[in-house]
Amino acid sequence: MAKAQLMQGNQACAVGALAAGVTFFAGYPITPSTEVAEILAEMLPKFGGKFIQMEDEIASMGAVCGAALTGAKAITATSGPGFSLKQELIGYASMAEIPCVIVNVQRLGPSTGKPTSPAQGDVMQARWGSHGDRGVIALSPTSVRETFDITVKAFNFAEKFRTPVVLLLDEVVGHMRETVVLPESGDVEVIDRKRPSGPPEEYQAFKPEADGVAPMADFGEGYYYHVTGLVHDYKGMPSQNNALTTELIDRLHTKIERARDEITIYHQDYTDDADVLVIAYGGTTRAAIAAVKEARAKGVKAGLLTLVTIWPFPGEVVAKVAAKAKKVIVPELNYGQLVGEIERYVPREKVVSLTRYDGELFRPEEILNLIITAGGGK
Amino acid sequence: MAGIEKYLRQSALPHIWCPGCGNGILLAAILRAIDKLGLDQKKTVVVSGIGCSSRASGYMNFNTVHTAHGRALTFATGIKLAKPELNVIVLTGDGDSTAIGGNHFIHAARRNVDLTTVIFNNNIYGMTGGQYSPLTPMDAKATTAPFGHIERSFDIAALAIAAGATYVARGTAFHAQLLTDLVVKGIENKGFSVIDAITQCPISYGRKNKMGSAADMLAWQRDKAVMVQAVSKMKPEDLEGKFVIGELYRSVAPEYTAEYDKLIARVSKKGGK
Repeated sequence: MAKAQLMQGNQACAVGALAAGVTFFAGYPITPSTEVAEILAEMLPKFGGKFIQMEDEIASMGAVCGAALTGAKAITATSGPGFSLKQELIGYASMAEIPCVIVNVQRLGPSTGKPTSPAQGDVMQARWGSHGDRGVIALSPTSVRETFDITVKAFNFAEKFRTPVVLLLDEVVGHMRETVVLPESGDVEVIDRKRPSGPPEEYQAFKPEADGVAPMADFGEGYYYHVTGLVHDYKGMPSQNNALTTELIDRLHTKIERARDEITIYHQDYTDDADVLVIAYGGTTRAAIAAVKEARAKGVKAGLLTLVTIWPFPGEVVAKVAAKAKKVIVPELNYGQLVGEIERYVPREKVVSLTRYDGELFRPEEILNLIITAGGGK
Repeated sequence: MAGIEKYLRQSALPHIWCPGCGNGILLAAILRAIDKLGLDQKKTVVVSGIGCSSRASGYMNFNTVHTAHGRALTFATGIKLAKPELNVIVLTGDGDSTAIGGNHFIHAARRNVDLTTVIFNNNIYGMTGGQYSPLTPMDAKATTAPFGHIERSFDIAALAIAAGATYVARGTAFHAQLLTDLVVKGIENKGFSVIDAITQCPISYGRKNKMGSAADMLAWQRDKAVMVQAVSKMKPEDLEGKFVIGELYRSVAPEYTAEYDKLIARVSKKGGK
C-alpha cells in the first residue's frame, strides 16, 4: 500500500521525474531549486542514471540536450536568473525538437532580486524568453502532490511532442511541505518518444507523421542524421528554402496547438454559478481557494478557475468559464503578467488585476476583499 | 578520397567554405583518422558549435549535432556521459571554443571527459566577416581592429594543459598527414584531447593582413611551424615568430564518465541497471 509521507514540492518534482523515467540531470546550483538537483544527485546513480553539475546554467542546458539525443529522459532545474541564461538552448531544443524538461522554481526578480522570496514573474519569460517564434508548453502545479503528477506530465508531453517543457514552480510550491500519498509506479502513465522502426537509410528525423511529430532515433543506433538550430529540411540539413521555413515554424506551433485539449490541465471550484470568478495558478491558488470559500460563506457567489497549463494558454477554457461571471479577479505574484492574456478572452471591463511583488504571498483576505467588492458587497 | 567517401554526406556537398579555405583539408584529415582507427560509424558522434569550422559536422555521415555558438562541448559532455560507449568528436573554431565557449572548454578539460576536440584555428571570426578572436595575434588587423589588434592572444595548448586536458597537440592544414596522426592519437586517448589545428582563412584574415593567396598562407604554415622534436635542438631566438607542432602534452588522469560508471557500481541497488 502506498503510504503517506511528508514531502516538499521540489522533492515531489524529483520523485516525479524518477517516476517518469528520468535518466539524466544536468544543472547549476540556484536557490530555490537546489533540492531538485540534490535529490537527483543521490537517486540517479542508484538506478544507473547520470547526474552532473555543470560549470554554468547554459552548459547544463546543453548537456541536457546532448543526453536527450542519446535517448535519455533529461531534466534540469533552475530559477529566474538561470532560466534567463538557458533561453538560448531552450530555443535550440524547440528548433531541433529535443524532448527535455526545464524546472523553473520562480523567485522574485528582475536580476538577482530576492532569491528566497516567492514570485510568479517568469510566466511571460516561459512563453517569450527565447528569440523567434515557437510553440511552448509550460505547466504550473499548485501543490506538492500535484507537482509529482505534473512533473510526470511534463516528461510525457516532452516525449510525445518532441519539445522542451517548462515546469513553472514557485518558491511557495517548491518549498512547501505537505503530506502526500504518491501512486504506485504501475499506476503512473509514462509515455516514451516514438522511435523509428524502418530501415536507417530511409529515416528522416524531422519528417512529421500525422500527429506533426517525427520519430526520434537515439544516437548510436545507426540512424544517421543531422541536428541543427538552423532552419532545416526533413533530414535535418540546413536550408534557405522559404516554403520549408514557413512549414517548419508552423509545425513547431501546430504540433502543440492541435493537442491543446490533451495538454490543457485546469481545475474548477464553485465556478458553475459564480458571479465573481478568480483565475489563479501556482502557489497563489492556495490563498484564492480560501478566499473563495470564505466569500461563499459570506453569501457571495465566488468561484475559482485554476490554470495548471499556462502555455499554450487555455483561452477557450477561460472564455467559457468566465462567460457568466460579472467580474474576473486575477491574482498574481508579479506586476500583472497572465492577466493580459486573460484580457484577450474576457472583456477588459470585467477583469480586475491583483498584483503583489514584494516577495510575500497573498493573504486570503486580500483576495477576499476584492471578491466582496466586486460582488457588490462591502 | 578513397576510403573516406563513405563518411561524407554527398547530398550535402559542395560545402559552403570559401575558395582557398583550409577547413576542407582539416575535415579530410579528421575523416582519415576515423578511417585509420576503423571507428564504428554507428557509435561515432560529431558535435560542432557555430562558425565556419562547425559547418563541417553537416558534411559528415554520422549522428551529428551543429549546436549553438560556443556550446559544442556542453552537448558533447551530455552525450558522452549519457552514453559512454559512443566516440564523441568535437569540431569547433578558435572563437567558438575559447571566447564564447571558453568556460566550457576549461571545464571539459578539467573533468577529463573522453572527448576529442579539434579546434579549427584560423585566428579570426570568418563566418561573420573577419572580426578579431582570442586567437588573433597582437598587431594583426581585423574588421573590428582596423588599427591593429592590441589584445594578447591565447596559447590554446597551454590553456588546455593548464585546465587539465590529457592529450594536447597542434597541427596545420599544410601538415595534413601529421594532423591525421594527431587526431588518431587524440581519439585513442581515454580523456579530454585537444588538437589545435591551424588553418588558413585567405578571405577574412589573409586579405586584411596581406598574407597573399591561400597557397601563400599554406607556405607560411610550412615555414613558421617547428616540429616539437626539433625544439630542443633550437636556440630560443630561432623560435622567435615560430609555433610548435606535433604532440605537445600527454598525461594520465581519471576519465570522467569512467569515474561515473564506477560510482554507479558503488551505489546502485542490487546491481542496479
